[in-house]
Amino acid sequence: MDWSLPLNASTQGAMIDRLFWLIFAITMAALVIVESGVLWFLWRYRRREGRRARYTHGNNVAEVVWTAVPALVMIFLGIYSGRIWAQIRSPESFPEDALTIRVVAKQFEWNITYPGSDRVLGSNDDFTIRNRFEIPVDEPVVVRLQSEDVIHSFFIPQLRVKQDAVPGMVIPIWFQATETGQFQIGCAELCGLGHYRMRARVKVHDQPSYRRWVTERSAAALGVTD
Amino acid sequence: MTSHAATIETGVRRPERGLGVYDKKVGMWVFLCSEVMFFTGLIGSYIILRFGASSTWPMPGEVLNVPVTAVNTFILICSSMTMVKAFAAIEHGDQRGLRLFLLATAVIGALFVSVQVYEYRELIHHGFLPSSGLYGATFFTMTGFHGFHVTVGVICMLWVTARAFRGGYTLEDHQGVEVIGLYWHFVDLVWIILFTIVYLI
Amino acid sequence: MATIVAEATGTPILEEEHGRPFIRKYIFSTDHKTIGIQFLFMSLFFLLVGGLLALLIRYQLAWPGRPIPLGQGLPETVAPAGVMLPEFYNALVTMHGTFMVFFAIMPLLVGVYANYLIPLQIGARDMAFPRLNMASFWISVPAGLIMLASFMVEGGAAGAGWTSYAPLSARPDLSGVSLGQQMWIVSLVLLGLGSILGAVNYITTVTNMRAPGMTWFRLPLSVWSLFITAILVLLAMPVLSAAAIMLLFDQTIGTNFFLASQGGQPLLWQHLFWFFGHPEVYILILPAMGMVSEIIANGSRKPIFGYRSMVFAIIAIAFLGFIVWGHHMFQSGMNPALAMSFMISTLVIAVPSAIKVFNWMATMWEGNIHLHTPMLFAVGFVMLFVIGGLSGVYMAATPVDIFIHDTYFIVAHIHYVLFGGSLFAIFGAIYYWFPKMFGRMINPTVGKIHFALTFVLFNVTFFPMHGLGMGGMMRRIYDPEQYEHIAGMQDTNVLVSLAAIGLFATGLLFLVIFLYSLFRGKPAPANPWNATTLEWQTPSPPKHGNWKEIPVVYHGPYEYSHPAMDRDWLAQNERPDVVSPAHQPATGSTPLQKGGASE
Repeated sequence: MDWSLPLNASTQGAMIDRLFWLIFAITMAALVIVESGVLWFLWRYRRREGRRARYTHGNNVAEVVWTAVPALVMIFLGIYSGRIWAQIRSPESFPEDALTIRVVAKQFEWNITYPGSDRVLGSNDDFTIRNRFEIPVDEPVVVRLQSEDVIHSFFIPQLRVKQDAVPGMVIPIWFQATETGQFQIGCAELCGLGHYRMRARVKVHDQPSYRRWVTERSAAALGVTD
Repeated sequence: MTSHAATIETGVRRPERGLGVYDKKVGMWVFLCSEVMFFTGLIGSYIILRFGASSTWPMPGEVLNVPVTAVNTFILICSSMTMVKAFAAIEHGDQRGLRLFLLATAVIGALFVSVQVYEYRELIHHGFLPSSGLYGATFFTMTGFHGFHVTVGVICMLWVTARAFRGGYTLEDHQGVEVIGLYWHFVDLVWIILFTIVYLI
Repeated sequence: MATIVAEATGTPILEEEHGRPFIRKYIFSTDHKTIGIQFLFMSLFFLLVGGLLALLIRYQLAWPGRPIPLGQGLPETVAPAGVMLPEFYNALVTMHGTFMVFFAIMPLLVGVYANYLIPLQIGARDMAFPRLNMASFWISVPAGLIMLASFMVEGGAAGAGWTSYAPLSARPDLSGVSLGQQMWIVSLVLLGLGSILGAVNYITTVTNMRAPGMTWFRLPLSVWSLFITAILVLLAMPVLSAAAIMLLFDQTIGTNFFLASQGGQPLLWQHLFWFFGHPEVYILILPAMGMVSEIIANGSRKPIFGYRSMVFAIIAIAFLGFIVWGHHMFQSGMNPALAMSFMISTLVIAVPSAIKVFNWMATMWEGNIHLHTPMLFAVGFVMLFVIGGLSGVYMAATPVDIFIHDTYFIVAHIHYVLFGGSLFAIFGAIYYWFPKMFGRMINPTVGKIHFALTFVLFNVTFFPMHGLGMGGMMRRIYDPEQYEHIAGMQDTNVLVSLAAIGLFATGLLFLVIFLYSLFRGKPAPANPWNATTLEWQTPSPPKHGNWKEIPVVYHGPYEYSHPAMDRDWLAQNERPDVVSPAHQPATGSTPLQKGGASE
């Protein structure tokens, strides 16, 4: 294991990773201060004959300082995280012309409906593929997530995407891949005995290859419906 | 805060007074806080489900028989009155009044439960069940748990009444009467809230 | 020792002591100390059960598909030829969490120490309602047995996770579990009832039965934390009961509270569960913090640094605990704007938690530190709780939570808090109060060996889980080799499992130490740690009724190294001007000055 986050292949992933490593720096600093402090005190003030502990009940200045410092750090982190969160999840952040794909989870598979060449879901060139999620690189994608039975969670580690699929709800999320490649969808919410194998293939195409793939599939879909 | 305990006080003789209320009463108040949270869980779920419901919610009186339940509500309020009377009686050392009003409270409480059982039978007879959508589920769960609380109250009330007939409460010591009274009034109050939100709006 | 008779109700409890028959003395006892010890045995048993389930989980994760050693004895329905089935794995994951949270850690902290310590530390003879107290224990036992028995029924034990998210938990046709899930619900409703009765008792006892002079701000921090915890139990448990009953109705009588197909709301379960569940997290850590404060002051031979801010931090954590539940639901489909407010309240909790950590450090600063076994565990608690607390910041930050939610990073976090935190504090507390409870000492050398092994193996087991989570390993995955990004980390899973086996063996070692000391330990003096709080000022173990005479309290709980004393401790019921134990203060001394010195 190499103690790092997996390869990042999305725009929001870059933001998330930056925040992750920022928190890493802050928490590591705090960790080193506390742990080394504890160990140092254990050594420095270890029991000795004749030593008497200092008789004190506290110090207001010190306590105000170590209340205020974490508070300030947390306020900063809250504001910073909030801005990133808004860029990823707020309704206003959704790009208008994004490619919209419907993902319907059920025990234990992902049914993925593509809008076809006309990029409109619900038209008759739509096509549905089980357990294959194919998207273009460098283009915003909206996934409309649904579930037929129990709660599942749509997780693609390399795209830093995770969202529960809840029965009775349609939950939109969006992301934009920055690199082509093959990944996997995993189910991240316990959904029954097949939870562990509820996976699907993810393929991020380059733009021309994606257009070719969609055109082929749409034509096939139209052929079937006629 | 430095060394503020360096000076040591001189001795004390009396126990710390706490709330100045006897244990059983504190205990009952504390327990009622827990009961409040239980009914908050049920009523809160009802509110969320009702306002999140996609289909329309039945109007008052459409499914439920509001007049019968209104009378039943009045019956329950009467039992609270007799409970107050019972407590007032023993506050004055009136044993006869205590027994009479405790017994009345238990009987009226039992009457309330009986009317509720009758109401349930009628509803079920007309095909309205806990499985009849969210309306049925929330209705039977909330009123059912309230009815369960009244039933437990009646059983305890009978126990207190029996003790009263044996002269177990005096002018000086009648904690049991006050404590069951607290519970009784609480259950009554919950019903008034339930009646309002389930039957009237 | 300076004590004054100051009782209103002078029931002659002490005389009663010898006349009680065995069954009233040890089985259906109303003595808070006996009930505390009963809870101790019960929860240690369930700790063992939970540990055993964890071992099975770790075996499967390290060597998926291989027959479990000695697994041939398991029935065909869970592990044909010794290889466990996915449904059994789900049941293991669910029941490990359930047993550890509800039947091991929670009763170990609240059942054992609230019962044992509250009356002794506030100077009372017993709880306010001893019979109710007995009832709360005898409700918990069948609750645990029902939970255990659910493994034996058709369809197996509940398998929807310890959080039992609906609709999976509500629909037997989708989970394959019906009776097991219903038993899970009944068991938790029973346990909830028992806990609420206990909480009523603890709250009433602390408010009404404190010894003369034991003002609120002279209470030991363990009592403060147990008192606040009781309030959390009181207000959070009934919400779980309400939710669980609705879930039971969904399963059995055809209601549809949590079933979307008929208009119900699956997310409602999560809101109700976590409205209970987050306070529950603090139920599991606040008493640990209180007892650690107690031990650190004792080990450092110093008054606790910033007593009042410690108290206010406990209250703040408890209060905030009720408004942060949504942080378990950032990826659940909840409104993203709501997530923002939950993130802020969650980050705010870091502040009182940090105050506590810094105050513990400051208590050690310029102390005269005795590293006795309880102190080792208390220091271990601080060092590990810090890791668990800091890893919480990652998931509090909503964007990072997108990635680490439901991964092993979360598993690492909860185990640093609940094992590194709560369980280390519990071990410390067991070593610390063992002499008082049983009148015998635990050998300090074996205690230290137990600490060293636990500390090392704990970290080898759980620290790498952060890495697994960063690598994207999801929770509750029966076969990690199914995924490319997880299969590459299999060597780490093997390492974790090997360490977990060692950790379990260390747990068995502890049981041996515990049982050996119970019968063969050296007799304990009344006050082996030279401690200041009231429970040490009565014999070990205390007699029925606790005190010959109710003690009178003169000052705060941690007067270590008081300048007026030659020895480095001053008990709460002692006055420095009257060190001689033979001295009896004059009757009719002045009443307590409100707002005075350590008030």
